[in-house]
Amino acid sequence: MKVELRVNGISRTADVEPRKTLLDTLRENFLLNGAHAGCEHGVCGACTVLIDGEPVRSCLMFAAQADGYEITTIEGLAPAPGELSVIQDAFCETHGLQCGYCTPGMILSAHALLQHTHTPSREEIVEAISGNICRCTGYGQIVEAVQFAADRLQKSSILRPEQVRRGHDAPKEGSLDAAKTGAPAEIVR
Amino acid sequence: MTVAPSTFRFVSSNRRVREDRRFVAGQGRYVADIALEGMLHVAVLPSQHPSAKIVSIDASAALAMPGVHYVLTGDELAGATDQLMNGLDTPHVKRFPLAVGQTRYAGEWVAAVVAETRAQAEDATEKLRVVYEPLPFVLKAEEALRPDSPPVHPPHRSNVLLDKLFVWGEVDRHFAESPRHLSFRVTWGRNSTVPIETFGVAAAWDPWRDMLDVWASIQMPKYPDQIARALRIPANNVRVHHDVDVGGSYGVKRGIKQSVLVAHLARRVGRPVRFIEDRLENMRSGDAHGPDRIFDVDVAFNDDGIVKSMKIRALDNAGAYAGRAPFQLGKPIGAIVGPYKIESVQYRAQSVTTNKAMQEAVRGFGQAPTNYAIETAIDKVAAAVGLPRIEVRRRNFIRKEEFPYLIPSGSTYDSGDYHTVVEKVFKHADFEAMERERDRLRASGMLAGIGIAACLEPSGGNSSFEPLLNEKNTTTTWMDSCRINVDALGFVTVTIHTTSSGQGHETLVGTVIGEVLQIDPDMIRVVRPDTLACLPSNSPVGSRMAIMLGGAAFHAAQKLKTKLARIAAHQFGCGEDEVTFAASAASDKTGRSLNWAELVNIAHRNYHLLPQDMEPGLETTHVMQVPTGNKLPENGRVQMYPCHSFEFHLVLLTIDPDLGKPEIKRYVIGHDCGVVINPHIVRGMTLGGIAHGLGATLLEEFVYDEQGHLITQSFMDYLLPSSHEMPEVEIVHHCTPSPHTVFGQKGSGESGYLGSPAAISSAINDAVSPLGISFNKLPIRISAIGDAIADAQQNKTKESAP
Amino acid sequence: MKPAPFEYIRPQSLAEACELLAGDEDARAIAGGQTLVPMLAMRLARPAKLIDIMRLPELAGIRQQENALVVGATTRQAVADQDPLIHAQVPALARVLPWVGHPPTRNRGTVGGSIANADPSAEIPLVAVTLGAEIMLATPDGPSSMTADDFFIGPMLTTIAPGECVSAVKFPVWQHKRIGVGFYEVSARKSDFAFASALAQVALDEDGRCVDIALGVGGVGDRALRLDVSPLLGTRLDAASVAEAVHAVASDMDASSDLHASASYRRRVATTLARRAIEQARAEAGARALKGAA
Repeated sequence: MKVELRVNGISRTADVEPRKTLLDTLRENFLLNGAHAGCEHGVCGACTVLIDGEPVRSCLMFAAQADGYEITTIEGLAPAPGELSVIQDAFCETHGLQCGYCTPGMILSAHALLQHTHTPSREEIVEAISGNICRCTGYGQIVEAVQFAADRLQKSSILRPEQVRRGHDAPKEGSLDAAKTGAPAEIVR
Repeated sequence: MTVAPSTFRFVSSNRRVREDRRFVAGQGRYVADIALEGMLHVAVLPSQHPSAKIVSIDASAALAMPGVHYVLTGDELAGATDQLMNGLDTPHVKRFPLAVGQTRYAGEWVAAVVAETRAQAEDATEKLRVVYEPLPFVLKAEEALRPDSPPVHPPHRSNVLLDKLFVWGEVDRHFAESPRHLSFRVTWGRNSTVPIETFGVAAAWDPWRDMLDVWASIQMPKYPDQIARALRIPANNVRVHHDVDVGGSYGVKRGIKQSVLVAHLARRVGRPVRFIEDRLENMRSGDAHGPDRIFDVDVAFNDDGIVKSMKIRALDNAGAYAGRAPFQLGKPIGAIVGPYKIESVQYRAQSVTTNKAMQEAVRGFGQAPTNYAIETAIDKVAAAVGLPRIEVRRRNFIRKEEFPYLIPSGSTYDSGDYHTVVEKVFKHADFEAMERERDRLRASGMLAGIGIAACLEPSGGNSSFEPLLNEKNTTTTWMDSCRINVDALGFVTVTIHTTSSGQGHETLVGTVIGEVLQIDPDMIRVVRPDTLACLPSNSPVGSRMAIMLGGAAFHAAQKLKTKLARIAAHQFGCGEDEVTFAASAASDKTGRSLNWAELVNIAHRNYHLLPQDMEPGLETTHVMQVPTGNKLPENGRVQMYPCHSFEFHLVLLTIDPDLGKPEIKRYVIGHDCGVVINPHIVRGMTLGGIAHGLGATLLEEFVYDEQGHLITQSFMDYLLPSSHEMPEVEIVHHCTPSPHTVFGQKGSGESGYLGSPAAISSAINDAVSPLGISFNKLPIRISAIGDAIADAQQNKTKESAP
Repeated sequence: MKPAPFEYIRPQSLAEACELLAGDEDARAIAGGQTLVPMLAMRLARPAKLIDIMRLPELAGIRQQENALVVGATTRQAVADQDPLIHAQVPALARVLPWVGHPPTRNRGTVGGSIANADPSAEIPLVAVTLGAEIMLATPDGPSSMTADDFFIGPMLTTIAPGECVSAVKFPVWQHKRIGVGFYEVSARKSDFAFASALAQVALDEDGRCVDIALGVGGVGDRALRLDVSPLLGTRLDAASVAEAVHAVASDMDASSDLHASASYRRRVATTLARRAIEQARAEAGARALKGAA
């Protein structure tokens, strides 16, 4: 069946079996390999993408269910080829990764958190990434990366959405993140 | 050690790990990302029986399914390939990637289907009709030791793969002379490091070039060799591509059976073939389980808590095949006394086959379970003599002035200062305050305990345990290598000859070479050629890369520096020793100097200016052997690894007595791995290691039911620590450089993991000790804690009832 | 782990959905898919047709009724977690939602989905059973409903018949002024399947006496259980009375045993958590007076 998905701001079509997951479709049909298969049963979080700005396990969604949303993958975070977003750069600064396999999902979960919670407590960070399992780092440097990113975003002149109470299915106009526009506002060179 | 630490410019500074950049952008290149033209996909059919004869396999319905190209059975594969290698001398224990004639554990792969898509391959496996005749099976190691247990490999005639007794020193006399003795058993439950990426391999056979190209999520010494042997082809017909990122390994990514399977299929069907294990295949039958070990320990000591001698019987449940994993009983011999001055040791290493999945090399290669046994022994000695656990350790620790220290089993520990590390940790943590906090928690009605563990991380892996457990094996060479080329424009490119799974080798090598040549490490490009273009390497095992890659890179850079100095000396007309090299320029005493660009130009373009007999260009290589460990064993003694890092864990833990749930309140680790080349990398290893250890202690286990089925097949039952379960860990550093390495660095790839199970279980036992209970099997589950506490409290009530 | 093949259909109306579900016994409804898709991946479930009900307008929304709040089946758990009506009127539901799965599963998982899945340790069914909610059903013959007690009949087992699906959950809204909620669960890791959980909702009068109480435990046996602690009505919920009342109903609960927890552990811990939940609810209700005092 034909599906039309809006990924990183661009509409794309694919012809897939109904049973093909969003994860496999992103990887095989759209060649967006940043989302990874770790368990295919919704526990490890390596497949995390953003649906309308919120983290979702793409292995638990079929492509057939994913039309009409703004899907953001890790490839949609970088401001331009060779450049990194503030959060991506923060993970490099604190070495919040080793093998990199859980990293795209981890960064997207962090990104979603920092869109609506500008000064997260350690507990809020831990909760936000609790659905992303890492076997390499023991999480310490990951939490530090998110703290560092939060701090940098606060001190920068980067404009971010005001704190939004997630209470509505449809995102408020202008209230959610750059997934809508496809071009993140933060740039790190 | 060659370079004084205080003069480092790049080594030990917190440089960014350059590999991180591509991963945060989702630009890693894992084997599942590799799409070869015309590639087909594999799914496998698992057996449902722990042991069964394969009567017949009917593939006709499967072959008729859409997209199916081929169905492979064990008989065909065994005819076309040689068996996979064993480490021990057990020629009758044969393993092929698919079961041959008989399946030996529930989940073992019986057939493989090749199809256009993975989904189609899975659909077709369901149509395979296999007729089995169930056979008797054995699951428990102690049963497998008995001669009447059903042999997993009948031609081997028993289930005993290894039963070797080592006696180092006058054990019997020491036991007879010692006034105090104790005995206990601890059990290390079967778990593993379970990376988030499963094993995957893609292969393509080119009959016109006689070339088998392989891409795999691999961390394995001698991988191309073993593929070649199994496929009966020349080793230089195999080209393994190392520019594949590995999504975590921690030892276990040694999928030789998957690789031989895929390589054979690629050759057979004439198209590239890729197999990515799904999580069920990986957990059940990826053959990547870890040690499953019972320790029976006897200790001889005196009233001062000095441990004179120790007897350890280590019985490991290897699973259905042998492979290399039984050597995990051998490697701990290199630190069999831990950090203590125990004078004699008797060690009985037993490995048995059972109808469980096979083990693979897990982080530490047997050291973490052994440390759990040793540290439990020390804790019990302390309880027996009524001394604080830390005091008994202090009294038994090897003292700093006693290094290098020869232990009874033949290894010499290079350097260390255990007392100082402990002091630093105690000071940082304010141990007295921690004890008061524990007491306050106890007074408030909680159970609370402090756990400590001290252990070594032998590093610089070689394979000296192989000849120790298998006399037919005479391997003493364990190489690694590095090649540096400076091109005509002066840019530096380095090759390293292994895959990496997150250890930051590119950063490590860039830092070391930058240090020697005094150029910015970020300007140095590090690439990983394929195995035909590689120099010898034995992959990052045994916590060896800081030592071996660091060493090889250092020496190759030194050779380059020497060559540059010679070129300069020749221009200046002075002796080589009169040339100084600073800020990547060479100068003589009179102030004449040649900068980098000028030196490069001479080397590449001005042959007439080179010293006689000097090769043009600027290319150097270095292949090095592991420092020490160059001899075969004598009298059951051998030098194991060269360097010994040390770690000391201090944990404060509470248990709600009604819920039985342990909570770590504070975690401090003192870590001495000599000179640290990159602090970010070492810290990551330590924190990650502690997470693995926490999982092994509290959460993770591969559990088989009475019918021989693995009931923890998915992440719903095999529980991995999330961010909620990990405490904030405080790391306290110390540095006792190694005399064997170029910067004084020791390994840290296993740090944290080696001691955290001992420390956490020590804390739990301290917490419940007022109730007179203790736990001696890992993992320690909440329910077990809760039930034991309830029983103890009930008994107390009964006892105090009138 | 690819699912067996199925046909995917997105009906435009609830009636159409029920027709499709009734018309093929191998048809299954899918909403958020957080529990169904893993089963499909492991081929433990092999529906021939997946009927996607996630976007049906009839199943969406949260609306007030007299003394009740009706939460549409496809209300995502993350949305419910932030909803002001739920926070104000069904505080027990608001209390447990942060414990349901993980942030990414709450972004897709639905209230109705958790009810239909009927996991014995799931938090939303526990709320439904404890408060005596009504499960609203869409059937080929029109709307129907069942009390939560009758709806959950065993582990992962409900009375849902072919052609039916959960359309909403009608939670009772207490009208008392001083209401408090207590909730505890124990699991191996935060937000795992609970070994035992307890939920209490309590209302106190001006003098601090209990005028209403609801208590339920989950994770212990085949399904969430409401426990009758009506002897506590009229008391001040002092520790001794609470312990006695809880012990009377909880000490011989049916409990299951598995790899992760023994039956005795589940029963014993549920009893402890029930006491603690009542205490927490009492404290919270007690604090309300201080806030609301004129």
